[in-house]
Amino acid sequence: MIRLQEFPFDAGGELNQFSASLAGAGAVVSFTGVVRDVVGGLSHMEIEHYPGMTEKALETIREQAIQRWGLTGAMVIHRIGTLTTGELIMMVATASPHRADAFEAAEFLMDYLKSRAPFWKKETTADGEVWVASKAEDEAALTRW
Amino acid sequence: MQVLYFAWVRETIGLPREEVETSAETVADLVVELRAREARYDHAFSDVTALRVALDQELAEFDAPLSGVREIAFFPPMTGG
Repeated sequence: MIRLQEFPFDAGGELNQFSASLAGAGAVVSFTGVVRDVVGGLSHMEIEHYPGMTEKALETIREQAIQRWGLTGAMVIHRIGTLTTGELIMMVATASPHRADAFEAAEFLMDYLKSRAPFWKKETTADGEVWVASKAEDEAALTRW
Repeated sequence: MQVLYFAWVRETIGLPREEVETSAETVADLVVELRAREARYDHAFSDVTALRVALDQELAEFDAPLSGVREIAFFPPMTGG
């Protein structure tokens, strides 16, 4: 399941629903990303995306994870639009018969989602707006896979 | 061809998308054409190593051919997650 949404989500509720929908999964791993005030004085963050390509890119990444780790399920939720500090920005969950696969697949999903899905963050403070720059280590993280 | 711009590329050029008539053979050729248009395009494309390109919603390289492509998008490196 892939979902893009402007409104907040309930990570606990989503995880329970995901877990309940699975048969044969001995392990469920989830990761939730939270908006941090890295710049100091963050007023809000805007997440722009490329409608159409975003869904395709996320579905491709998800399919790859399912195939490679033999997952029984995988989900991605990502917010778009305006977010403030402390809000949940995204979540991935993976399920597999054993935990190692679920953990590794969740990391793979996160690594690819960070630099291969067309999202861009802009942070607004009292000083103005700044597009968040990509990090070399995010790109480097892909070499692991 | 529909040309789309995202994030600071969109802000620098001043529009999210436009229809462009071109006979450019590759992405790099199209970039040369766009840069010749106006200062805002020239500025947006001044360092293509800071940009990424997608052809029909798939990531591509700047030397990729444009034959048959209906939609091309230019944007900075992605910052999801």
